[in-house]
This record gives sequence, structure tokens and C-alpha cells, in this order.
Amino acid sequence: MRTIFYLIRKEFLQIFRDKFIGRAIFGVPIVQMLLLVPAVTFEIKNVKLCIIDRDMTAESRGLVNQLEGSTFFKVRFSTFSEQEANNLLYRGKCDLVLQIPSGFGKETGKGNPGKLLVSANAINAVNAQLSWAYLNGVIRDYNINIIAENTGSLSFASIPQIQVTNRYWYNELLNYKYYMLPGVLGILILAIGFILAGLNLVKEKESGTIEQINVTPVKKYHFIIAKMVPFLIIGLIDIAIGLIIGKLTFNIPFEGSIALLFLGSAIFLIAVLGLALLMSTFSGTQQQFMFTAFFFIIIFVLMSGIFTPLESMPVWAQKLDLINPAAYVMRINRMVMLKGSTFRDISRDIFSLTLIAIAFTSLAVNRYRKTA
Amino acid sequence: MKRFLGFVKKEFLHIFRDIRTLIILFGIPVIQILLFGFVVSTDLKNAQVAFLDLSGDEMTQKISDKICSSGFFMRSETLLSYNDIDKVLRKNKIKAVIVFEKNFGRKLISEGKAAISIITDGSEPNMATLITNYVTAIITDFNRELAGTQAAGTFLVQPEVRMFYNPSLKSHFMFVPGVITLIMILICALMTSVTITREKEFGTMEVLLVSPLKPVQIILGKVMPYFLLSFINVIMILMLSWLVFGLPVKGSLVLLLAESMLYILMSLSLGILISTVSKTMQQAIFISFVGMMLPTILLSGFIFPIENMPDGYGWVAALMPPKYFIIIIKNIMIKGTGFLYVWKETLVLTVMTTAFIWLSIRKFKIRLQ
Repeated sequence: MRTIFYLIRKEFLQIFRDKFIGRAIFGVPIVQMLLLVPAVTFEIKNVKLCIIDRDMTAESRGLVNQLEGSTFFKVRFSTFSEQEANNLLYRGKCDLVLQIPSGFGKETGKGNPGKLLVSANAINAVNAQLSWAYLNGVIRDYNINIIAENTGSLSFASIPQIQVTNRYWYNELLNYKYYMLPGVLGILILAIGFILAGLNLVKEKESGTIEQINVTPVKKYHFIIAKMVPFLIIGLIDIAIGLIIGKLTFNIPFEGSIALLFLGSAIFLIAVLGLALLMSTFSGTQQQFMFTAFFFIIIFVLMSGIFTPLESMPVWAQKLDLINPAAYVMRINRMVMLKGSTFRDISRDIFSLTLIAIAFTSLAVNRYRKTA
Repeated sequence: MKRFLGFVKKEFLHIFRDIRTLIILFGIPVIQILLFGFVVSTDLKNAQVAFLDLSGDEMTQKISDKICSSGFFMRSETLLSYNDIDKVLRKNKIKAVIVFEKNFGRKLISEGKAAISIITDGSEPNMATLITNYVTAIITDFNRELAGTQAAGTFLVQPEVRMFYNPSLKSHFMFVPGVITLIMILICALMTSVTITREKEFGTMEVLLVSPLKPVQIILGKVMPYFLLSFINVIMILMLSWLVFGLPVKGSLVLLLAESMLYILMSLSLGILISTVSKTMQQAIFISFVGMMLPTILLSGFIFPIENMPDGYGWVAALMPPKYFIIIIKNIMIKGTGFLYVWKETLVLTVMTTAFIWLSIRKFKIRLQ
């Protein structure tokens, strides 16, 4: 036991001797959380609209006014040439082109159906669909208005209609920060822990200082545990800092138990550090380890379900995600912080994560060779 | 010049000697592009929803069938009371609960009004908005059918939509260019910053500094091999995105390759700049990876459009080089636009590259300590 304690002390001294790393371990998470958490929103605003009004009647102008009145659309251009409109779409100056054909006002005035043509830039499919849905909403309101004008409101009320209301539980206002903060925090400790722990071991190999440990009676698991514990502690401190930032600057609700959150994060960190140390036993140089780290971290992050929903992934990718520690920690953090989930709700995730942590760590101990 | 060529040759030998790094260097981007092309998507399919049907009549049956047959949703559970909602949402498997009010069908016929409520798990805003929008769209559709059978021609104005550039609304079009941009900048910056700091850390930089090579030549010689390797990487990735994801280069291939060269050059010079401020490989890797990964993913418009960000973030994003390359690559690959449409972005990247190189030369120390 005392051996491990001394080894851990040595590791701490080694980490903080590099002043830059010592500061960056805590500075980078703070800066990135403050900068990145508020940046991301899923709501769409300022959809740039170009209008081709060939009709120029009171009716068509009424529709344009209604669009202008919504906070969602900004009428940026109006033109008479379809070519110019397409060109604006091409150049990215507008997102949607709405064409009102001539005779639109006359037809609708008579109660005949009028057609509208919409062209959307769909490279970002989600944005295109959402803007289209909003545009449809405005046009529906417009429809209801003219129907009411044409026939009197009484007859309209007799048309059966299903009304949809919706509520977002656990995050009424759909505040994106509540979602991003636990995720960004998880990614940061993943990257910091993985890179520093792995590089630390490979560096000793590369510069040969590992030999000095290898000739001592230090056990293999002593060595691996001593390499792991400092980064585990640093990671947990980073989480504490992150949560304090979340509470003070973003006023993030904390529904569940803090102990549960730290338990989940600790197991996550052990899994990550175990994998990092396992990979470092395979690498001979820091360069090699760096590429391996790059591979795993990018995959873990993009498949963690924070940027794109896990459910949108194909089934084989969801299966692969069973060994992705980041996917578990995103879920656990979110469930505990926002939903107040109890240990029983997340026990399966905790259990799987523990298995992963044990597997990676014991593999790392097993793979580490004291003999050259 | 001969000296310089000799130095470049030495650098090539350095790289090729380490076969493992070489395999990783070419293998990683390929695997990542393949993986993410298939995996990273925001299309909604088979999301699990539960129903709380307080009415249980023919009409609610019809609507829930319509929702489940859309392919976006899967019926997973039928709840009995309001209290169950929290229980199922808390378990995280079910993303939304759709509630029909009491006497739904009767109310719809007698009063002409009935209410459906969509309760989604707001702890995942992406999912929550997607589901709400899809369900609302399905019900709007249903409303239209209902109106059509009751009173013909009630909906006077009907818009028709054409989705440009991406008619089948695939998310590949958004993500493949983004993944290329992300991976290239990280790999290039990592490689150069590490290769230079490595010489510093091992003390071999001293050997290079006392040689008759000028500092500029040392840096150029270090970067040259990586420039070539990265360029081959880009070509491989473009071939893959064409062969596997059916994303052809609509515009001029020559222009796209030239722009990629500029982007690689920018990323490499960023790596050089990082190497001038870091003393060890650890520091260099920390800056170019931990420091750059998340800002690149989040602020460059890769997944989250910059226009939707809060005020002020437009300026922050303007400082992110990947932002410009994403615009360029999307324009040339997907829209097929020419140079005239991307000259501004190209100019910004050129200015950034020059600035990085200028700063590195100024910060590059010829003496040790």
C-alpha cells in the first residue's frame, strides 16, 4: 500500500512540474465550457427568405406581411426573376425562395385553390425540413384567415380539427445549455485523461526512465494503479469545477444525487484511463500513441450521442456503442442531473460501464511488461 | 538547394521508417470517414414512443396507427395513467409519450375539437424537437384528410416544395464535408507540431540548428513530407465519399484539390505555430488536440449552423479556420459553384495561413534558451 502511495506522489510531482500542463488541465476545461456551452442551440432563427411576387395584389402582399411578422423569417430579397432568386440560393444569400404566381389573389378571392412554389436549400436537411414546416404553419394561419373572410367564421368552426399541444419534460424551455454542459464536461475529461495518462507512460518508455521502475520490486498492478489515480483525481476535480461553473453561470438544475454523478464519472474515468494505458503498452513512441488516441477519442465523441441522436445510428453502430464509455457517461450525467434518476434507473448503465472499466484495466495490467 | 533536398529526404526516411505510424496515418481517416458517413446522422427512425390513450376509441387508434406506420416511430408501450409518464421517460428508453384526451373521438365529432399532447424528454433537445415536429406534421396531415372529407376545398393555398441540392434530404451531405474538415485540421496540426517538438525534446534540434540550414528551410523541410501525405489522404477521402456515399464532386475537381491544398497548408502552419509555443510533445498534443477538438466541432458549423448561435458568436466563429473550408467544400462538392462564389473564404484562409507562418518565423528561436 505504501508503495502505491509513494508512486502516486511521484506521478503528481511529475505532472505538475510541467507548469503549462499543470495549468492547462484546469484552464482549458474552464475556458471551453464558458465559451462552448452557450454557443449551441437547435432552434432556428433568421431564415433568409427571397420572395418572387408575380401577383402583386392585396392577397399576395398580405401573405408576405404575415411572413415578415413572424420572428422566424427575414425577408431579405424580393425580385421578379426566378433566375436571380435561384442565383441567390446558389450563392447562399437566402435559404428559401417563395414564388407567388400571378393570378394568385384572383383565384383565392374566388375561393379557388391557389398554388405557391417554394425552393429550399436542403444541404442541411434538418434545417430545411424545419423551415419548411414553419413556412407551412404560417401558410396555414393565412389559409384560416381567408377561409374565415370568405365564409364567415361560423362555418369554419364546424370543420373538425385536432389540436396539438406539446410539452418538454425535465427541460421546459428546451434550454440547450442544460444538455450541452454535462456532455461537454464528459468529453473534456475524456480527452484530457486519455491523452495525458497514455502519453505519460509512453514518455517513460521513450526516454527510458521506465527501466528504473522495472528494476524495482514494484508490482505491475502497483504501477498501473499509480499511473491511473492522479488522473482520476484530476478528472474528478475538473468535474467539480465544471458543475460549479454550470450552477453559477448557467444556473443548471441539479435534480439527482451528486454522489451518484461522481460515482458514474469515476467509473467512466477508470474505463478511459484503463484503455489509454492499454493502448500505451502497445505504442513505442508518443507519436504512435497520439494517433491511437486521436482515433479513439474522435470516435468516442462523435458516437457518444451528444451531437447526433444515438437512435439515428444504424443498429450495428448502436451495438458498437456498447463498448463506448462516452455514450454511457453522457446518458448517466444527463439522467442524474436533469431527470433526477436514481441508482435503480441507471443501474444497467453503471453495471455495463463497470464491466468495461474492469476489462480495460486488467488488460492494461496484463499487457504491461516489466521485462524488455 | 541540394542541402535542402537532402534534409527533405531525411524527413521522408524518418516517416517511412515508422511503418506503424504510416498505417495509422492513412488508416485512421479512412476508417473514420467510413464510420461517420454511416453513423453520424440526424434522421429520425424507429424512435420509441409510448401512448397514453385516455379515450381508447376508433379515432385514437387510427391516429396512433398512422404515427407508428410512418417509419419514424415505434410503439413500445401503452400507458394507463399520467403517473406512468415520468416512470417511462426516466428510464431513457422511450423518448416521447403521446397523450389523447378523454372522449377524444366523441369530442372531435360533436365539438369539432380534440386535443393531443406530445410529451417529450427535454433533456435531449435534439430528439425532443425532432419528434415534436414529426408528430405535429403527421397530425397536420391527418387534419387535412379530415377536412378534405368534411368540406372540400377548405385549404385554399397549398404550397409545393422543391428541396435543392439534396432532394432526398440525406444528412450525408452535411456531415461528410464536415468530417473531412475536422479530421484534416486535427491530423495536420498534430503531426507538424509533434514532429518539431520531438526534435526539441530529444535535443536533436540543436544538431539541426548548428547545421548550415536556415530556420525557414528546417521548417519547410519538416512540413513538406506531411503536406504530400495529407494531400494523398484528401484524395483518398474524396474517392471514398464518392464511391461509398455517392457524393460526387459536382464542381471543378481541380479547384477543390487546390482549395484542399490551401487548407492543408493552413493546418500545417497552425501546427508549426503550436510547436513554437510548446516545449514538449505533451504540450503540443494537448494544445492541438484537447484545445482544438471541441471548438472545431462546435463552432465551425460542422453540426450546428453558425446562424443559429447567440449574438457575438458569429465573431468567434469567424476566427475558426475550419468554418471557411466547410463553406468552400460544400459549395464546390454539393452545389457545384465556381471560384467566384468562394473567393472570399479562400482569401481568408490565405490570410490566416500567411499570418500563422509569419508568427511562427518570428517566434522560432534559433538559440536554445
